[in-house]
Amino acid sequence: MNSLIKDLQSRILVLDGAMGTIIQNYDLKEEDFRGEKFKDHKLPLKGNNDLLSITQPDIIKEIHRGYFNAGADIVETNTFSSTSIAMEDYGLEDHIYELNYESAKIAKEVASEFKDNKYVAGSIGPTNKTASMSPDVNDPGFRAIHFDELVSSYNEQINGLHKGGCDILFIETVFDTLNAKAALMAVDNYFEENNISIPVMLSGTITDKSGRTLSGQTVNAFLISISHFPLLSVGFNCALGTKDLKPYMKRLSDSTDFYTSSHPNAGLPNAFGEYDQSPENMIEQMKEYLDESLVNIIGGCCGTTYEHIELLSRVVKKYEPRKLPNV
Amino acid sequence: MSKCRNLTLSGLEPFELKSNMPFINVGERTNVTGSRKFLKLIKEGNYIDAVEIAREQVEGGAQIIDVNMDEGMLDGKEAMVKFLNLIQAEPDIAKLPIMIDSSKWEILLAGLKAVQGKCIVNSISLKEGEEIFIEQARIIKKFGAAVVVMAFDEKGQADTYQRRIDICKRSYDILVNVVDFKPQDIVFDPNIFPVATGIEEHKTYAVDFFKATYWITQNLPCTNVSGGVSNVSFSFRGNNTVREAMHSAFLYHAIKNGMRIGIVNPSLLEIYDDIPKELLEYVEDVILNRREDATERLLDFAENLNNSSNRKKKKEEWRDLDLQSRLTHSLVKGIDKFIVEDVDEARKNSSKAIDVIETYLMNGMNVVGDLFGDGKMFLPQVVKSARVMKKAVAYLVPFIEKEKVGVRNSNGKILMATVKGDVHDIGKNIVGVVLACNNFEIIDMGVMVPPENIIETALKENVDIIGLSGLITPSLDEMVYLAKELEKKNIRIPILIGGATTSKIHTAVKIAPEYSGSVIHVNDASKAVPISISLLGKNNNEFISNILDEYKEVKVKFENRKKVKDFISLENARKNKLKIDWKKEQIIKPNFIGSKVINLEDLSILLDYIDWTQFFLSWNLYGVYPKIFKNKSNGEEAKKLFDDAQEMINHVIKNNLIEAKAVFGLYRANSNGDDIEVYDDNKKTIANFITLRQQKEKGQNFFNKALSDYVAPKESDIDDYIGCFCVSAGFGSEELSKKYEEDNDDYSSIMIKAICDRLSEAFAEYLHKEVRTKYWGYAKDEKTSNEDLIKEKYSGIRPAPGYPACPDHLEKKTMWDLLSIEKRIGVKLTESLAMWPAASVCGYYFGNKKAKYFGIGKIDQDQMIDYSSRRGINLKEAIKWLNPIYNDV
Repeated sequence: MNSLIKDLQSRILVLDGAMGTIIQNYDLKEEDFRGEKFKDHKLPLKGNNDLLSITQPDIIKEIHRGYFNAGADIVETNTFSSTSIAMEDYGLEDHIYELNYESAKIAKEVASEFKDNKYVAGSIGPTNKTASMSPDVNDPGFRAIHFDELVSSYNEQINGLHKGGCDILFIETVFDTLNAKAALMAVDNYFEENNISIPVMLSGTITDKSGRTLSGQTVNAFLISISHFPLLSVGFNCALGTKDLKPYMKRLSDSTDFYTSSHPNAGLPNAFGEYDQSPENMIEQMKEYLDESLVNIIGGCCGTTYEHIELLSRVVKKYEPRKLPNV
Repeated sequence: MSKCRNLTLSGLEPFELKSNMPFINVGERTNVTGSRKFLKLIKEGNYIDAVEIAREQVEGGAQIIDVNMDEGMLDGKEAMVKFLNLIQAEPDIAKLPIMIDSSKWEILLAGLKAVQGKCIVNSISLKEGEEIFIEQARIIKKFGAAVVVMAFDEKGQADTYQRRIDICKRSYDILVNVVDFKPQDIVFDPNIFPVATGIEEHKTYAVDFFKATYWITQNLPCTNVSGGVSNVSFSFRGNNTVREAMHSAFLYHAIKNGMRIGIVNPSLLEIYDDIPKELLEYVEDVILNRREDATERLLDFAENLNNSSNRKKKKEEWRDLDLQSRLTHSLVKGIDKFIVEDVDEARKNSSKAIDVIETYLMNGMNVVGDLFGDGKMFLPQVVKSARVMKKAVAYLVPFIEKEKVGVRNSNGKILMATVKGDVHDIGKNIVGVVLACNNFEIIDMGVMVPPENIIETALKENVDIIGLSGLITPSLDEMVYLAKELEKKNIRIPILIGGATTSKIHTAVKIAPEYSGSVIHVNDASKAVPISISLLGKNNNEFISNILDEYKEVKVKFENRKKVKDFISLENARKNKLKIDWKKEQIIKPNFIGSKVINLEDLSILLDYIDWTQFFLSWNLYGVYPKIFKNKSNGEEAKKLFDDAQEMINHVIKNNLIEAKAVFGLYRANSNGDDIEVYDDNKKTIANFITLRQQKEKGQNFFNKALSDYVAPKESDIDDYIGCFCVSAGFGSEELSKKYEEDNDDYSSIMIKAICDRLSEAFAEYLHKEVRTKYWGYAKDEKTSNEDLIKEKYSGIRPAPGYPACPDHLEKKTMWDLLSIEKRIGVKLTESLAMWPAASVCGYYFGNKKAKYFGIGKIDQDQMIDYSSRRGINLKEAIKWLNPIYNDV
């Protein structure tokens, strides 16, 4: 992984864009999601994008290839929801290793088709439960998930991702910092048990104008809460969109000596819940990040496409990477 | 020596012990060993008031909150987690970092697992040897927490200067060199012990502490020193004047020597400069061990002090403000302690109780709204404000009711509901409160309300307006759906749309066109009242037509910038149909041709076919049966529900309260284009099923399917077959349900319906198996377990009209005619083609091995035209029935 650090020192690296947005274009049906392997599965599987790594690997590979071709240096595996917790709704808790292993494997296969340094980051999502907030307004002390459950669920995911060959682990879209801390604990335990170490990226999400995570932390509180782990990078992704996220990226960039990453959504959802910011418009806003040297790694989240990444990777070439501040 | 980093901690907000901060305050009153009041509350399980103690500490100026549950009679671990969970739901408390305080490792660990911020653990020590010390420090480091290290080793607690610095040095070396702990995350506690106890050795305790503190700051770089200050005055318990002075004097000297963190009760702390000269002198004599007789002199002096006269209870200052400011303060801070008292005062000041809401409370809520809009408050805080508001309104309601009698009629009746699938109701509740305050009668149906319930209630209660709310994106579709359903039923009640994802555009483009009544988007609670009044006013025509015009304009603007979607022509879709080589296909002729009624005598035969996962889903309990019972969140509830269901099933079966009947038919058939022709023995067509075809552009190797693809085409000259059926285990359920309802037993009333639904599905499953193995017999040797059945691990499908593969409800009419369903078993079709009893299932049987369930998706205009001519209805009627799948963009 020395090449990764070298690359980070010399230039801004580009992350891929949205997976789900591209998958939508394939207009896959229930039976496509099921494939041969899950054709008799009891629960509906349509919408379970992660499963496509097993049932439609060629599509997922095509998307990874599309992003690499567009100029991405790092693609994220199709494993955002591949934990036993998030897969419970689909009744696929028994396939976690396979989901992660296959996703990592196919992404690596695509990466190896390229001559340049191309990296695969194992995407580790927040799950669909919060460890430090109650889902029940009338019972604030209640928790739908416990730290230990998260750690063991994440451990399973990390095992699959690592065995499948990921270069990086990427804990992303952190809306509850306690979930992220459980993920870091799982990573720490896994590294210790297997006597290995690979770079870990972490990215939170700011959900509204108050500039806080869903679990209520400010940017700096969030940063302090996860800085015990020797991260490769820390950043923000998803909600708010490029423009509104900027002040928080700035705060983060000023406060950490980790590398920083950012992969916002293509704007804010429109009245129909769709993201429709054009590549030109989004990259125009991203230029402000680059002008002010806020990021080392940049890409897109919900709603971004090959076009966004292609334009972005052309633009970043003109910029120097952010220098690590002395905080 | 390299430059030190500062100690950082976090709650919801960051905390950094900067070099310019001389001292920070750890609140100690949420500590059962230090506060008898807190202990009592925790023991009584009164966590609500216990949380208030934490809040008082924050308001009292604490910068870190110490939580300790070490008491013999408590389950310390449980109490710790419960309390931490609760204070984390209080943003004005949770903003601060937490000191997890216990002498028990398991409690410390449980606390670390419950808090998202960077905590400080208090404490670990060398008491049980290096090995355990290292192990615990490693784990704390993994959690990213800071740690308090007590000056304690295998021999005991350090009580001299030398022992203090020796143990701290040894601990430091292990932590920094062996564990690789960051020195700025280490805080030493060199033990504050009581002085003035009368025991000779205790006289130097304070001085030794100061000296050790100074030594640590000079010799153990980047670390900090902390201590529990109230210990020092232990021998003066009961004499708060002296204690406060001692704390203050002790702190003054400790800080001078470098102690930067102290566990103190801010309200038991006199300001150093305010300590009377004489008292200060006596106190400092003791603390600094300046005189042999210091203790005796202080004791004498203390006895002469009138202890109570000096005690001026510090009142919360905001309580002295005027009434409006107090109410606003309570609402903004989410404090419900004084709300009833203040609201009552406001009520007495007002001519009508309702005015309290309209003026005082709304003023307060406007401040909340403004702060939220500016990003100065965030959601959990607003939820708390809403709770206080609810409490205030609840108190006022009886007064409002009383005043209403004979005074004036309600402005109108408004139904409010958060739509199906959505649980967010804060916005809705606020709007409900505002409207109720303006003399509208509110029927609040709560959250996750199914459309049919909304419609039923709207009609039953004869409401004037339906208010729909939703926060998540799928709620948008629910609203559209509801508008369509209302339209279908010829209802014209105005609809108000609100909630975070809703918008004027969506309302104008997607909802309003579906509905002949008015549909108005309400973007915030304050608009709800004027809109509702205008809408129901005498001269509302102009208001309504203005809105209509505005929305039409919005819609036109929007459509002008719409993109074309990726549909292929019906012709091309048909070319890309599922290809089956019928020559090679093995088609099995049914053993039985014709139709047959089955009266199920023994319902218990169905028990094994019940899909319990679906049953739990119908109660919104998510999880797979039987694993669901092990779920932490809902396992217990699921088990209870399951037991109740079993009991009711037994009751129903034993007493023959429910009847189950079915009719099915198997016939010769061929496909004819996208239609399926059903023949009698003479190959005369007796029915024509009309299927729809997927029309969205497909990738390579994917087909544009229609159900007719599963039946051999007419032109192949091959005999093929199709079946159809209707089952119901719902005969009698309605009566039972009503009976329960009359007994006010809503639970059983819902339960019986849910059970009959499941029994009907089970019946359909059972009958399908009978058909596959016996009547049609194409799967004679099928050996499927019941579990496999639920997982649909068998050959052939039984798609139902109204479901994705066949969205066309009109097909039911064809089935009803073909099988004479109503006449033979009594299941009726309603006007909108719903089945009655509701617990009924109907569908086709396809026996082909390649038959799989799929969804039609949207269809384009050309197919709609083609469909209407095949169905023999006009285009408008066709669009009405197939609107949900019509690509009308």
